[in-house]
Amino acid sequence: MAIADIHVTEETHSDGHEHHDEHHGNFWTTYVFTIDHKMIGKQFLITGIAWALIGGLLSVIFRLQLGFPDMQLEWLRPILGEWITAEGKLDAEFYLALVTMHGTIMVFFVLTAGLSGTFSNFLIPLQIGARDMASGFMNMLSYWFFFASSVIMLISLFIETGPASGGWVIYPPLSALPQAVNGSGLGMTLWLAAMALFIVSSLLGGINYITTVINLRTEGMSFSRLPLTIWAFFITAVIGLLSFPVLFSAALLLIFDRSFGTSFFLSDIYIGGEALPNQGGSPILFQHLFWFLGHPEVYIVLLPALGITSEVIATNSRKPIFGYKAMVGSILFIAILSFIVWAHHMFVTGMNPFLGSIFMLLTLIIAVPSAVKVFNYLATLWKGNIRFTPAMLFSIGLVSFFISGGLTGIFLGNSAIDIQLHDTYFVVAHFHLVMGSASFFGLLAGVYHWFPKMYGRMMDAKLGYIHFWLTFVGVYMVFFPMHYIGIAGYPRRYYSFTNFDTLNNFTDLNMFVSVAAILTLGAQFIFLFNFFYSMYRGRKATTNPWQSNTLEWTTPVNPGHGNWPGKIPTVYRWPYDYSKPSAKEDFIPQTIPFSETPESNLPHENDMIKLETDSDQKVVVVDEK
Amino acid sequence: MFQFIVIFGVLLLLIILYTLFRISRLVSVVKGSNKKVATTSNKVNAALFMFFLFGAFGFFFWYSWTYFDDYTLPVASEHGIVTDTLFWTTMAVTGIVFLITNVLLFWFSYAYQHKEGRKASFYPDNHKIEILWTVVPALVLTGLVFTGLRAWNDITSEAQSDAEIIEIMGYQFAWGVRYPGVKDNALGEYNYQMIDAVNQFGMDLSDKNTYDDFMPIEMHIPKGKEVLLKIRARDVLHSVFLPHFRVKMDAVPGMPTHFKFTATKSTAEMRAELENPEFNYFVTCTEICGRGHFSMVMKLVVDEPADYEKWKAEQPTWLKLNPDYLAKVPEANRELAKIKSGMVEGDENNLKASL
Repeated sequence: MAIADIHVTEETHSDGHEHHDEHHGNFWTTYVFTIDHKMIGKQFLITGIAWALIGGLLSVIFRLQLGFPDMQLEWLRPILGEWITAEGKLDAEFYLALVTMHGTIMVFFVLTAGLSGTFSNFLIPLQIGARDMASGFMNMLSYWFFFASSVIMLISLFIETGPASGGWVIYPPLSALPQAVNGSGLGMTLWLAAMALFIVSSLLGGINYITTVINLRTEGMSFSRLPLTIWAFFITAVIGLLSFPVLFSAALLLIFDRSFGTSFFLSDIYIGGEALPNQGGSPILFQHLFWFLGHPEVYIVLLPALGITSEVIATNSRKPIFGYKAMVGSILFIAILSFIVWAHHMFVTGMNPFLGSIFMLLTLIIAVPSAVKVFNYLATLWKGNIRFTPAMLFSIGLVSFFISGGLTGIFLGNSAIDIQLHDTYFVVAHFHLVMGSASFFGLLAGVYHWFPKMYGRMMDAKLGYIHFWLTFVGVYMVFFPMHYIGIAGYPRRYYSFTNFDTLNNFTDLNMFVSVAAILTLGAQFIFLFNFFYSMYRGRKATTNPWQSNTLEWTTPVNPGHGNWPGKIPTVYRWPYDYSKPSAKEDFIPQTIPFSETPESNLPHENDMIKLETDSDQKVVVVDEK
Repeated sequence: MFQFIVIFGVLLLLIILYTLFRISRLVSVVKGSNKKVATTSNKVNAALFMFFLFGAFGFFFWYSWTYFDDYTLPVASEHGIVTDTLFWTTMAVTGIVFLITNVLLFWFSYAYQHKEGRKASFYPDNHKIEILWTVVPALVLTGLVFTGLRAWNDITSEAQSDAEIIEIMGYQFAWGVRYPGVKDNALGEYNYQMIDAVNQFGMDLSDKNTYDDFMPIEMHIPKGKEVLLKIRARDVLHSVFLPHFRVKMDAVPGMPTHFKFTATKSTAEMRAELENPEFNYFVTCTEICGRGHFSMVMKLVVDEPADYEKWKAEQPTWLKLNPDYLAKVPEANRELAKIKSGMVEGDENNLKASL
C-alpha cells in the first residue's frame, strides 16, 4: 500500500514533467525488479509463453509414443539421454513423467500464472483507472516467487531419477514412496518445493488483485460499471485465495509423510518386499484436499479467459455484452459452486456413495450458469456488426470449445455414467477442450487484443488469422477423436495399448491425433514469430485501435509508470455503450459524461447528468421534455 | 550430406515465407487497407466459419455413424444396460444442444459480419428470455440428475446376502484374486504385515477360513448371479476396471472398497455375439500406479453357473500348493487345515465331532 500511495502523490505533484519520471529506472529496476504492473504482466506473459512451449513439446513427445508406438526415437537421445531405452523407445516411467509435467506446467504455470498473472496485472489498474497495483512491491515478489518456482520445476526435468511422475494430481501413496516410482524421489521433492513457492506467488498476486479492485477504482467506477474482465479477475483472485492454501496444506502433509515418517495418507502398505510401519492414514484424505483446490482451479483457469472473451466479443460485435448482470451473476454463482463440487472427481474412489449423490447434484447445477454464459455470448453476436480481428476469432473459438467441452461435463458429472468414463480418454477430451483449449484461446485472444497497449504496436492480423485457423481446426482434430477412444474404454496415462488385444483397433485414430498435435504445436511458431516481430517492427498502434470503450485505451500509446500522464480519468458510464441508437459513433468510451451525449441517452441516463456536476467537465443541461 | 540438404531446404522455405509475409505487408500498406476497419479478410473469416461448421459437422456425423461398432463396447452386466441408456440419453440431450449452439455461433458470426454503414443493434438485455434460458436448462438437468441418482443408488446399494464374494487385490503391476473356497465359502482374515513373497495376500493363517481359500491365475465369475468384488490394494492406488461390465472402483491401500454387479453374458456368448472366437473379458487398471500401469491386465472368464461351480471345485487351495505354510497354522488347527485345504481326504464335520 505504502509504495502505491507514494506514487500517487508523486504523480499528482509532477504533472507536466512525467517524462523525467519515466527515465528514472535503470535496466534492473525497469525490466527485472520492476514494480510497474504493466512490466510485471509482461514478465508473467513471457515466462508463461516459455512454459507453454515446454509443456507443448512434452506433449508432442508422448504423442509420438501413443501415435507411433513402433517408431525409433533414437534421434531424441541427445535431448532425453537415458530416457530413451536401448531399443530406441521411450522409457515407460518417463512417459508418466511427461504426462505429469505436461499437466502441471499447463495447468499451473501457463494457464494460472501465464493467464491470470499476465492479464490481472496488466489490465486491473488500466481498466479500473489506477496508477498501479495496491502494493507494487508485493506484486514484484509475486513474480519472483513464480520465477523461483519455475526454476525449481525446470531443474526437476533434468535430474537423474526424473521429474515427478505420479500424475499432476500426485496421489499418494504413489507420490509418497520413492520405491513405487523413481519420480517420487528427488523429482517429487522438487515438485512440492516448486508448488509451495508457486502458491506463495499466487497468494501474493491474488491479495493484490483483490485489494486493488476494491480500493483503487477511479471516481465513478462503481462495481456495476466494471468491465467483465475485471469482474472475472477479481472473482478468480478470491477463489485462488480461498483454495490455494488448502493445496498448500495437502502438500505440507505429503512432505511430512515423505520425509518425517508421519502417516497422514499412508496405511497398510507392503512394497519392495517389506511392510511399511505406517498405519491409520487415508489416501482419500489427500484427494479431498487436492480437489478442494483442484476443482476451483479449473475456474481459476477458465474465468479470466471468459472475462477476456466477454470484453473482446462485445467490442468486436460492436454491441453491448448481452445480460451484463447475468454475466456477473453467473461468474459469482460459478465461483461459489466451484467450492462444493470437488468430490465429483472421486465418485469411484471408494468414497461414501451418498456423498457421491450430493456432489452429483451440485455438479450438474453448475451447468446452469455456464449455459447462461454461452447463451449470452450468442445473443451478443446476434445482430452485431462483427469485426474479425484475431482476438475476436480466438474468442469465438473459445465459445465453441466451451460448448463442446462443457457438454461432456454433463456426462462426467453424472456419477452413474462416470463409473465407466472415469479416467478414460473421454475425460482427457473433456477437460482439454473446456479448460485447456478454451483458456488457452482466452490467453491468445487477450494477447492479440491488448498487444497494442503492451508494446505500442499492432500484431500482424493476417498471420493472426492463419494462426487461428490452424490452431482451431488443429485443437478439434486432437481432442475430438479422444471422445471416441474414451467411449471405447481406453484408460488415460497408458504408455501403450498393445495389451488390449481386443481393443487394439484405434492405431489409426491415435496416429491422426498425434499428427494433428504436432501440426497444432507447429502453428504456434507463427504466433511466436508474430509476437516477437511485432514487438519491434509491428505497425505503430493508435491510442484506441479497436475503438473500445474501456479505460486502458485513454492512456497514451505507451503508458508510462502511473499510466495516465495527468489526472486519472473519471468514469461516467458502463463499458458497453456500443452502437447506441442516435449516437454519433458506434462506441462511447466510459470517460464521456452523459451530458455530452444528449442525443443517445436513455431516459434514466439523463437523470444521471445531475450527478456529474461535481466533476470539472462541462455540463450540458438537457430538457427531458 | 542429406541432413545438410534438409536444413538448407527448411531455411529456404522459411526465407520464402518471410519474404511473402513482407510483401503482403507492403501491399497492405500501399493499398491502405491497414487503415480500414474491416477488409476482405473479414469476409473470408466469416465464410470460413460457415465452411468449418459444415466440414466439422460432416466429419462428426460421418465418423460417429460409420464407426459406431468400433468405438462402442458391448455391455455384459445388468447395471451396465442402465448406465448405457443414461449415457445415450445424455448424448441425445447434449447432442441437440451441441448442434444448436454451435450452429448459432457460426451462423451468427457469418450473418452479422461487418457491413459498411450498418449499425449493430443496441440490445443489452431481455429478462424474459434470460429467465427462459436459465429455467429450461435447469429443468432438463434436474431430469438427468434424478435418473442418474436412481441408477447410482441402485448400483451402490447393499449386495444380496447370497452374492458371490470374490476378493481382488491390486499390486505393482498385476491383479490377484482370492476366492472364499468351496468348503466354508468365507474369505479368511488378512493382515498386510503377514505378506511375503508367497503369501501375497497376507492371509492370517490363525483364521480357519483361510484354509480353503484359493487364488487362481485368471478370474472366473458366474453368469446371472450377483458378484460382490471386495477390492483392496497392497502398495499404491489402483483401480479395478471391467470395461464390458461398466465396473470401476479404486483399490486403496488401507481402505477396502467394493463393487457389486451381475454378468449377463458368458464368455462363450460374447464370443458368438462379436463373431470373434479369440475374445476375452479382462480386468485392467485405471489409476496411475507406476511403470507397469498399462500392463495390469488379467483375463476374466464368465461361466454358466454350473460350469462356474465345477471350476471352483477343481481349484487347488493355496495351502495345498504351499504346504510349508502349515507350520504357521496354530498347532490345534493343523488337522482341520489339512482337511479343508484338501491335502488329506476327510470330512470336516467328523473331525470336529472327534475333537
